[in-house]
Amino acid sequence: MSQTLQVDVWRGGADGHYQTFEVPHREHQTVLDVVTYIQRELDPSLSYRYACRVGMCGSCAMSVNGKARWTCRTHVKRVVEHGRLRLAPLDNLPRIKDLATDMAPFFDKIGQARGTFVPTRTRHDPFAAIAPDSPARASIDEAIECIGCGVCYASCDTVAWNPDYLGPAALNRAWTLMQDSRDAAHAERLLAVAGDAGCHACHTHMSCTERCPKQLSPTASIAGLKRLALGAALKGEL
Amino acid sequence: MSGLQKWRARGHVAYLAFVVHRVSGVLLALFIPLHLWTLGKALNRPQALDSFLVWSDQPLVKFAETGLVLMLALHLGCGLRLLMLELLAWRQWQQTLAALAAAGGVAAALLFALRLA
Ligand code: SF4
Ligand code: SF4
Ligand code: FES
Repeated sequence: MSQTLQVDVWRGGADGHYQTFEVPHREHQTVLDVVTYIQRELDPSLSYRYACRVGMCGSCAMSVNGKARWTCRTHVKRVVEHGRLRLAPLDNLPRIKDLATDMAPFFDKIGQARGTFVPTRTRHDPFAAIAPDSPARASIDEAIECIGCGVCYASCDTVAWNPDYLGPAALNRAWTLMQDSRDAAHAERLLAVAGDAGCHACHTHMSCTERCPKQLSPTASIAGLKRLALGAALKGEL
Repeated sequence: MSGLQKWRARGHVAYLAFVVHRVSGVLLALFIPLHLWTLGKALNRPQALDSFLVWSDQPLVKFAETGLVLMLALHLGCGLRLLMLELLAWRQWQQTLAALAAAGGVAAALLFALRLA
């Protein structure tokens, strides 16, 4: 283990450059620890985001040596190459400053994919009974743990090629709701995700699935939406 | 991001399958008009076909033809993989294995067919 890390950090907005810092290499150090060291000890003007530091909030994602990662749970020793780290803001999102991107397009698309639950009941009705081992519930379980980090979105070439593409996280969210028997908006949601910029635009590169830190498979969810859309089209409902 | 890192970020099996599917598709699209043109010759002008067939008996041309059969096999294999992924809702290693098996099987079968021909 070399004693210092050479860390190239993106500085500026869309037009920027890499600035190199020297950071002491420590045991069990995460990439987020490195960024925090730079901001606290070397350059307080460095902008970046984090909140929970334990892999729950999804705010700390960055590009680390070319791959999007959650930095609070990424150990330096697993990603460092020849004593170097190259840190950049997430791809496919507007750069605000340094390591902070504007996540608005990412979250807007979750809205466009009808990513909010629409209840069929009111709070005066009794609870819906969902059998935990029902196939729909099991399939929701496989996709529900998304923390909204944007790693999949930044890794998806289809997003890069078609800026309107809803992207893996929004479609994954839509898939969980399409499986939810308590939800009242299945028809509108299917319409929202079956358009040109929706599930059919996915090329099954699986970069999203490869990189998702929660080990979800947005690709599988998108394939599920494709099947739903195909079924609806065959029945003449779409 | 450096160019090398950009490529390495895409260096996983599924992305490779995507690239192979695309490239083999483009090469096949280029080859098919040639193939139809040869067939047309066979129907209309048998002598011209004969000289074409003599030309196509050269080792280099044979080698290229094997490449084309391989392209066809790969394109078919990748297409089957996609259909399985999207229509059969299999997950993780099962689908990787099944896809590899299918692609490998198809490739082997087609290469064998070429040997016989
Ligand atoms: S699907 Fe995975 S990679 Fe994408 S936003 Fe959710 S947790 Fe992050
Ligand atoms: S599988 Fe689809 S959503 Fe995921 S990276 Fe590929 S194109 Fe994007
Ligand atoms: S800081 Fe919350 S997920 Fe990394």
